[in-house]
Amino acid sequence: MAFLDRTARTFLLSEIVAGFVLTLKYIFKPKVTVNYPFEKGPLSPRFRGEHALRRYSNGEERCIACKLCEAICPALAITIEAEPRADGSRRTTRYDIDMTKCIYCGYCQESCPVDAIVEGPNFEFSTETREELMYDKEKLLANGDRWEAEIAANLAAEAPYR
Amino acid sequence: MTLAQFFTTHWLGHLIVMVAQCLAIVVPLLVAVAYMTYADRKIWAAIQLRRGPNVVGPFGLLQPFADGLKLVLKETIVPSGANKVLFVLAPMITFITALIAWAVVPFDDGWVVADINVGILYLFAISSLGVYGIMIAGWASNSKYAFLGALRSAAQMVSYEVSIGFVLITVLLCAGSLNLSAIVKAQEGGFWSWYWLPLFPMFIVFFISALAETNRTPFDLPMSEAELVAGFHTEYSAMTFGLFFLGEYANMILLSGMGAVLFLGGWYSPLPFAPFTWIPGVVWFALKIAVLLFVFSWTKGTVPRYRYDQLMRLGWKVFLPFSLLWVALTAAAIQLFGWGPG
Repeated sequence: MAFLDRTARTFLLSEIVAGFVLTLKYIFKPKVTVNYPFEKGPLSPRFRGEHALRRYSNGEERCIACKLCEAICPALAITIEAEPRADGSRRTTRYDIDMTKCIYCGYCQESCPVDAIVEGPNFEFSTETREELMYDKEKLLANGDRWEAEIAANLAAEAPYR
Repeated sequence: MTLAQFFTTHWLGHLIVMVAQCLAIVVPLLVAVAYMTYADRKIWAAIQLRRGPNVVGPFGLLQPFADGLKLVLKETIVPSGANKVLFVLAPMITFITALIAWAVVPFDDGWVVADINVGILYLFAISSLGVYGIMIAGWASNSKYAFLGALRSAAQMVSYEVSIGFVLITVLLCAGSLNLSAIVKAQEGGFWSWYWLPLFPMFIVFFISALAETNRTPFDLPMSEAELVAGFHTEYSAMTFGLFFLGEYANMILLSGMGAVLFLGGWYSPLPFAPFTWIPGVVWFALKIAVLLFVFSWTKGTVPRYRYDQLMRLGWKVFLPFSLLWVALTAAAIQLFGWGPG
């Protein structure tokens, strides 16, 4: 009897037909894919994306050239040169991040005493050439200006936990 | 000489008519191939709850042309160890055999380029020739993956052609003709008078063998990605690969067309009364092909790949005896009850 049952199943293709019915049902189910780049998934405030150098609200750059980020960077991606400015304050003359080396660990923003270097919410900064990924101070400050609203909101949301 | 005389008697007129007929088949066929790739991807995507191509053009409708353009613009790489002549020849054979078979397919009553009286044998012969393209490609590539893929493909196609042959025999026993138009005419009437109903098991055998003939899942061992990189076309790039791709899809459409002619009543409408009979036969034929092609894609979204010994077992130990039995039963029924053609 078991033989008959098995043979009947094989020749009537019942298992295959059941599979086909299942996949047919799936065709009409709603899609689960996020329609990137037209819609995007949610990001955590802790998301570590593209770097930015922030400014104070009066336009003065935050970075004081303490070089803690350069020291802690495990990928040695950060290069800083500094000298005193005319007004006597200590500022960077060069702040480079090699984005091809960066591993997005977030240690630079952890180590920064003035919240100057941060990793913002932007993850869409692919380039057509390798050279464009060698960020300099100008590029990082521009990023800071561009993403300041989002970065400030994220930092505020994370403030209770830091 | 009038224009009608020119086209029917003068050699140049004949030539012009012939070229026009070829274009009238090949151009819609290639457009169908392009949109078959699109439909394929959309259907698999839907089964996997994805969206599929939807960026190039409205609903991604221009995606096949973007892909085609990419293939044309890329560099054709010929491996230094390859046999160059055969390497380039192989995709052409695959592509051409997929196209020339369409000469005998009747799109509507009288809409056929070559209405030869052994049309079904021609179709069978041409679809068997396609395997040469694959074998030559595998051999000429001088690569182990391509070679193994070609070996598998040759063995597989030969195995399943046998059962397709028996399926064809049952159909022509019922129709009493090898002419494809005559086979369609023998099925005149609504969907209940087509051959899929009396020959239902053979229809299933035909469809499964068609999957094997076109190297589609669950029989895509010749190009099983997990084992053989890409099988026989591992070494191919750009338009040489493109020709294989086009040939494969054209073959799928051809076998669907064959299925429509042999089992689904060709150009006849499923309900033989107005308003369905107002729709031209070629539209019904295209719709039947489309339905079969949908099942091709649906299968790919549903079943996993066979192991090689399972594939051979199914071909030789299940389909061959089963289809042979059905040939005998059909012949006996026709002989004993006089159901066959007059």
